Amino acid sequence: MTRTDALKNYEKTREEIGYASRKEATLNDYKRIGFKSGLEVHQQLKTKSKLFCRCPAGIFHGHDEYDAEVIRHMRPTLSEMGVYDGTALMEFRTRKEITYRLNNHTACTYEVDDTPPFPIDHEALEVAISIALAAKMNIVGEVHITRKQYLDGSIPTGFQRSAIISVEGELPLKNKKVRLIQLSLEEDSCREVSDIGHKRIYKTDRLGMPLIETVTYPDCLTPAELAEAAEYIRFLNRSTGLVRTGMGAAREDVNVSCEGGNRVEIKGVAHIKWIPELSHNEAFRQYALLNIRGRLQKMIADPVAWKLKTREITETDSQFHFAPVRLALDRGEKVMALNLPGCRGILSHFTQPEHVFADELSDRLKVIACIEKPNMIHSEEIGEKNFNNLFPEVAIWLSATPDDAQVIFWGPAEDIPTAIETIDERIRLALTEVPNETRKAFEDGTTMFERVLPGRDRMYPDTDSQPIPVTTEMLERLGRNLPADIATRFRQMNDWGIPADAWHYLLSKNLVGVIERIGDELGFDHREVGILVGHRFRSLEGRGRVAKGFSYERLYDLFAFLRREELLPPVARIMLPGVVSSPDPDFKQILTDLGYAPASLTEIKSGVKELARKFEEISYNCSSTASIDWVMGQLRMKAIGKLRMSEVRKEVSEILAVK
Amino acid sequence: MAEDFFQGYKGEALAVLKKYNVRVWGQADIETTRGLFKGTVLPRAENNDDLHIVIKIESGYNVGIDITTVIRMTETGYKKANYQIPEKEFPYSDDKPTVKLLGTGGTIASRLDYRTGAVIPAFSPGELYGAVPELADVCNIHTEKLFGVFSENMGPDQYMTLAKAIGKEIAGGIDGIVIGHGTDTLHHTAAALSFMVQNPPVPIILVGSQRSSDRPSSDAALNLIHATTAAGHGDIAEVMVCMFGPTSDEYGFLHRGTRVRKMHSSYRSTFRTIGDIPVATVRRGEVKPMKPDYNPRRKDRDVTIKPYFNENVTMIYFYPHMKVEMFHSLIDMGYKGIIIVGTGLGHVNRELYPALERAQKENVAVYMTLQTIWGYVHMFVYETGRDMMAKGVIPLGNMLPEVAWAKLGWALGQTDDLEEVRKIMLTPVNEEITEREPYNGYLVYQGGVPEVEEFIRRVHK
Repeated sequence: MTRTDALKNYEKTREEIGYASRKEATLNDYKRIGFKSGLEVHQQLKTKSKLFCRCPAGIFHGHDEYDAEVIRHMRPTLSEMGVYDGTALMEFRTRKEITYRLNNHTACTYEVDDTPPFPIDHEALEVAISIALAAKMNIVGEVHITRKQYLDGSIPTGFQRSAIISVEGELPLKNKKVRLIQLSLEEDSCREVSDIGHKRIYKTDRLGMPLIETVTYPDCLTPAELAEAAEYIRFLNRSTGLVRTGMGAAREDVNVSCEGGNRVEIKGVAHIKWIPELSHNEAFRQYALLNIRGRLQKMIADPVAWKLKTREITETDSQFHFAPVRLALDRGEKVMALNLPGCRGILSHFTQPEHVFADELSDRLKVIACIEKPNMIHSEEIGEKNFNNLFPEVAIWLSATPDDAQVIFWGPAEDIPTAIETIDERIRLALTEVPNETRKAFEDGTTMFERVLPGRDRMYPDTDSQPIPVTTEMLERLGRNLPADIATRFRQMNDWGIPADAWHYLLSKNLVGVIERIGDELGFDHREVGILVGHRFRSLEGRGRVAKGFSYERLYDLFAFLRREELLPPVARIMLPGVVSSPDPDFKQILTDLGYAPASLTEIKSGVKELARKFEEISYNCSSTASIDWVMGQLRMKAIGKLRMSEVRKEVSEILAVK
Repeated sequence: MAEDFFQGYKGEALAVLKKYNVRVWGQADIETTRGLFKGTVLPRAENNDDLHIVIKIESGYNVGIDITTVIRMTETGYKKANYQIPEKEFPYSDDKPTVKLLGTGGTIASRLDYRTGAVIPAFSPGELYGAVPELADVCNIHTEKLFGVFSENMGPDQYMTLAKAIGKEIAGGIDGIVIGHGTDTLHHTAAALSFMVQNPPVPIILVGSQRSSDRPSSDAALNLIHATTAAGHGDIAEVMVCMFGPTSDEYGFLHRGTRVRKMHSSYRSTFRTIGDIPVATVRRGEVKPMKPDYNPRRKDRDVTIKPYFNENVTMIYFYPHMKVEMFHSLIDMGYKGIIIVGTGLGHVNRELYPALERAQKENVAVYMTLQTIWGYVHMFVYETGRDMMAKGVIPLGNMLPEVAWAKLGWALGQTDDLEEVRKIMLTPVNEEITEREPYNGYLVYQGGVPEVEEFIRRVHK
């Protein structure tokens, strides 16, 4: 295929599946593809120690700040149910050598699995239970530490110690409820230093820090709902004041599927704002894979008989020594040409923006066979740099038919069998399903294969620890110190009509209660007060204009003052900069300083014509709107607080229209 | 035996399960004052309390339900888990050496037991191959489970059974022997076998694991690969312990059975050769001797099996101001041999002298070893030492205390003649007493020193 043809195919297939960018996508698009998504939110807890040893939590080191290194290999083990987990087998196939960097300050012999766990950190356990209580979930009677296998090496034991604190609950979002599956307390993993070929290096500073994981059902049907749920959970966690904030303290795994697709987990999304784009693209990627399946099923009559053909390109096959092939041979690597029967038009099939199906192969070569990119070229490249015009020769050499596609890949000789197996497996999967996998997120909203999605079969009871009872007394004690009920607060803000962009701020500063009292006790409109506090006051606070020692109770006092003086809320808007500049503001004085002198509607109306004349003298723009705007500006300080500006504007417009 | 539907449950928890007719392995909806829980009821570890019911929820996690919160339980299904290690036929081939794996109860490959939360070993060749497929590249394996005891329950009877079994295997033409063993008393068994099995023509390798094989980072598989490599391919025909060199998954050590000791409660690299260097390193497919003076592999089957042991042997760890009654009580109880683990160069306080004199009079063999672990007993340096020797206490050079215990039991198993015993004790079978301590035989570095820190940063632990 020429590049033009490949590009055309990419565009055609993108159209075929009806891909729309997130900006263009409508509710109908998400309905059409059956967008379904849920979250796993990881939140580090603010404790002094790590979860199962007494190393300090929350101290981080640079890549080279280490005192010793330890090497481990991971090996799959049987679950209680007597089977091996799929991820486990994949990781075993990769044959990674894993190096852990230890810093004496943040790691002890527990981190490298040379000492059994110490009793669980009680501070962490209580924080986790408090958050579970705040989320109104069903709290377990006994906490069982479970081992969750991770064979990527991110935890030196090969498993994460994790325990369920609570199950079942719900997040009351604006327009729907998203159900919670569970909340667990677990130890954080290592941070990766590098992952090249068969060597992966981790540092252990973060390893073992306590975090909670909140998991939702896949109830979110649009990317926006997903982001809203993430915000809600973030707030819920933060409302206790017992969690860590800042870079990496909260991380989301996003589970996405489309109708007919499969659960795919996008791992470690560091910012909620990235979630909508990532989930959007993932749902469409799955939709594209289903389209690929349909095409392949038409091309390949008998999937069982389908067989890829391999042929090694050696030193003597110089007609195929394209630049990258030559380089690979010079590095002493082995180069293989593959014929993929019936795959024409598949390699350049759209999967994600700027990505095609061939990338799925290349990603797996990197991750499973440990062959660094660039690791292959193929007959349907859409990039500027390509060797598409040379592939017809390769096709003949492989005795291909016009329905086929060809790949040339290279790598160390010992990795070739795994590599061929990997490509074969991916094509076979394409014939049947969207593979269950975890994917790594990129800032541009696309993702790449990370590993096979682990199943339930990777859970084992931790034989090194005893179950911990959660008594009713403990729940009662922790329940007494809970922050206000978050679900209620969310519902209130929703009912009052406070804009969602103010919610997080109002909740995190515990200001909803203040707004509630101003509304209920002083008779002001909650929404108006909410906007004033959630936008205007927040902006002043954000700019550092709020005096030290300023209590949010002064906001209540301000509105009480307005009530006494029979003033309307908009005057609070102009008063606020003065109010917040002192911990003990004198509201009357602030009004005086502002030169505030309210007038009656009659007084105001009588001066309108004079003002309009003045405007005509000084202005270049004589449109009536401009005139009204200017007049309103002049009247503002006379009217605000006593009259609704909208009414005044109406009167002014009428007067000026008559003229 | 009737099927136990309530495995591990007792008391109140059992009563609740019975009341609602919910069995272990039953899928249950459990309504509680804390909300609804759904899952499969699991067996309960026997030593846990009777106030909770354990279930596995949909996500694979286990949680406990407080029975005082239960409002109602309903069994909605029943599915008994059938867990086993995938057994694959072991691929035997003529061009590989044949190794016999003797099982004592240690875990090499294993699965979990719900009831106790403990680990059940995999042992048949097929099970082992299922768990560690690389073994097929090393050798042909045959297995025999001699007994199933924990390491701490191993003792003289087991040593003698093992020695005889080894003799039988050697006579049968085996190329090497591996003994799977718990690690706690691995070195006691290694010492006893070093004396009971003399001049073997093939390697006899004791192996265990510090992290059970139900975990992905276990040292069990690599230890087993190293051990079978040493047994099947190595040239060193001695009783040796094969365990991790560094804690990293890099290479193993072969330690002489008479000079090895477990030195850390949980490290993988816990076994160390004391007062000397290890005999060899083992990597996949390679045994590299470090000491030139080993007993090489032979074609003949001439081995001397001496399965003797007198159980009336004990060991006493001396501490300051120990009362003489402590020592008297040992004689009163009929012990015929006593290993003292003394302080410093091999000392006890004067208060014990009357008991030492009594032991001498009553024909009880008393030998001196060291708490310092490293170094030699030197009883001529101080007067105390000379006094004690006059009272019949015999210094054992640099023999390790546990080795001395095993050897004295073995010696007294052969003869009551204390002069004969003395001869046996002081004549090394395989370096349990060495003539010299090499300079690199004692290396306990201390952290914090810049050059040590630089070393451990560079060299994998």
